[in-house]
Amino acid sequence: MLELGTDEFAKYPFLEGAGKILKDKGFPLSQFGTDPDLEPVVKKALHRLKVSTQGGIYKSDIVDGQASKSFVLEKEIFSFLLAIVLIKLTGMHTLIKRFALAESRRAENHLEKDLGKASDKSKIDLAIRIIYDLFNIDVIKENDFFKIPVSDYLKHSIDFHEREWKLINRHVENGKVLLTPDKTVRLIRKELGNYIISKITNAPTPPMIPGLENIVNELTSIGKDLTPSYTVTTGEYPPCIKHAIDILEKGENLPHSGRFMLATFLLSKGQSVQQIAPLFKNAPDYNERVTLYQLNHLSGTSGSGTQYSCPSCEKLKTQSLCFITSDCDNIVNPSQFGRKKNYARK
Amino acid sequence: MQENDIQFLEDSFKKYYFNHFDQIKVPERTSEREFGYQKFNSGMTRHISIKNDKELHLLLIQNVPSDVYCSNAYYTFPNSPMNEKDWKEADLIFDIDAKDLNLSCRESHTISICNECNEVSKNLTRCLKCNSSKLEKKSLPCKNCIDASKTEVSKLSEVLIDDLAIDRENIQVYFSGNEGFHVYVYNSQFQQIGSRERSELVDYISLRGAIPETFGMKKLKQNRASFPDFDEKGWRGRFSKQVFGSKSKRSKIITELLSNGYSSFQKMLDDVSENIGVKIDPNVTMDIHRIFRLPGSINSKSGLTKIHCDDLSKFDPYTEASFLSDDSVEVFANCPIEFRLKNKKFGPYTNEKITMPTFAAVYMICKKLARIA
Repeated sequence: MLELGTDEFAKYPFLEGAGKILKDKGFPLSQFGTDPDLEPVVKKALHRLKVSTQGGIYKSDIVDGQASKSFVLEKEIFSFLLAIVLIKLTGMHTLIKRFALAESRRAENHLEKDLGKASDKSKIDLAIRIIYDLFNIDVIKENDFFKIPVSDYLKHSIDFHEREWKLINRHVENGKVLLTPDKTVRLIRKELGNYIISKITNAPTPPMIPGLENIVNELTSIGKDLTPSYTVTTGEYPPCIKHAIDILEKGENLPHSGRFMLATFLLSKGQSVQQIAPLFKNAPDYNERVTLYQLNHLSGTSGSGTQYSCPSCEKLKTQSLCFITSDCDNIVNPSQFGRKKNYARK
Repeated sequence: MQENDIQFLEDSFKKYYFNHFDQIKVPERTSEREFGYQKFNSGMTRHISIKNDKELHLLLIQNVPSDVYCSNAYYTFPNSPMNEKDWKEADLIFDIDAKDLNLSCRESHTISICNECNEVSKNLTRCLKCNSSKLEKKSLPCKNCIDASKTEVSKLSEVLIDDLAIDRENIQVYFSGNEGFHVYVYNSQFQQIGSRERSELVDYISLRGAIPETFGMKKLKQNRASFPDFDEKGWRGRFSKQVFGSKSKRSKIITELLSNGYSSFQKMLDDVSENIGVKIDPNVTMDIHRIFRLPGSINSKSGLTKIHCDDLSKFDPYTEASFLSDDSVEVFANCPIEFRLKNKKFGPYTNEKITMPTFAAVYMICKKLARIA
């Protein structure tokens, strides 16, 4: 467990122990709805939340990790905690996600600064400890770089879609990936977000705080505007699927991985095993019994009951089954092809 | 395959298993592995757990399988259905197959067997007899195929040892029993990574998905100093050796690369990847639930044994992996390609009845190029 001071909690208010500061001060939640002295904290919490819903990162009053007055630091911590209470009162998941993302970005900035402080070993050690304690990644500092075991790097970078994050585009040496401070922190961004999401999700929902009803209503209305109302699809197949169908129509051999992709894609689009099976008739090694067995297995009607989903675009690239075009529009799975989100934004 | 061919193969395989128990050992942590086997003309039986060599030998003698497999994964309950096995970890495995190496020799020793009329021919697009395009291709790999596969194994070992810090003694190389090699990596930091992470590792090892920036080429603010040095480690070092050729040419070639521009660099990078990336089968390495051919067992695609290669450079599968008997047997052979086994030359045969040693007859029957007379 980390031993942290108020200034560290102001930077990383999601860490275990921040709530204790509020408790130690003896403020009950109800006081935030009525006490004019606490109004600045309420305003700050609302501001913090609004900035997050607009995709921004809230700018704190702490400069370079320091603040002149202890109340400034406390306001930082309390406004974070109160923001969570407000989100819980709205009960809106969209707000949780946006707030967690914004707060993780903010913490990311602090972590990056702390890691980059070549002269301040204690700050670097603190940041390294936070990364180890929260995410179990063993980071070692060497010269200007941070070294992370390749296996840890892979576990944490696997959901990144930018090509620069592929292992091949990283400096790998002796079983370790060498990263700059900003990349080290970027690596854990999503998990930091998830960590904050889980903190909020697991927090108990208090009863409505008298005096804060209007703020909660305002946030609820913002949250509603952010929720996608419906999706439309063009119904066209993505290029990888068209290619696979072409291959089969020509009677050429589509590798097992290609057949898996095609079948799981069509199943995800609601086609039945009986509708899909004839597609494979032209395959050089077609066997009706085997095809039906495999399709039933994929659809979950036989075997373990697991319904297999279509592989990700990334995986298909590795298997040389991806034939990306501009129409793919940054999707990460073929089943998303042609889908457009419509937001009821005012 | 016909009944008497299957009978002959089963007899030959059984004899091998009976006489070579020393060759067939269960892998370490046996009780955490899943085993499986296939019989000729039959489906796969898997989700089997085995405790020791004795149980394995019993399974081989009782069932006389065409192929035997064992998981690279470790489970709490290896004989439960897949989603109840409780996956713990898996050794890293790699499959290098001559058929994936785009070798120019392939065409000269690959033949097609028509699925409709069984005609055997060297034409690989259509059946010359019935014009069907449903052809099954069979290759009788040559020395060049094996040498090229060995080169890939050496390249793979280099990346594993130099870049990924795998201990040399934790890398084991086996001849697959047909056209390539299987490489196992034990006790590495990668034991517990999942399928998607393994797929990233595959891309690293095969030098796939690289962007020009990784090798010093930028769209803007180009800088000669960001190109790799000749002695650099990892892929940047390998890239510079391949592209610059020698230290003295580095500067001149960088000037050329800069003047050719970014997109031309990406194209060149793709070519370099094709040349120096390690050609491994991505599906095998990515699969963390695979049952992989058991070392010491016979590969029914050839009748040769999957065996450990102590000295890869000297290893000759066509003398060292053929363990079946020399007893004579009469077959009808239709094999338009010559091949060598146990230092003896066989073929080509055109629909002829011949007497030959069991090991060669098994090889041809497994390749569907002969049948028992």
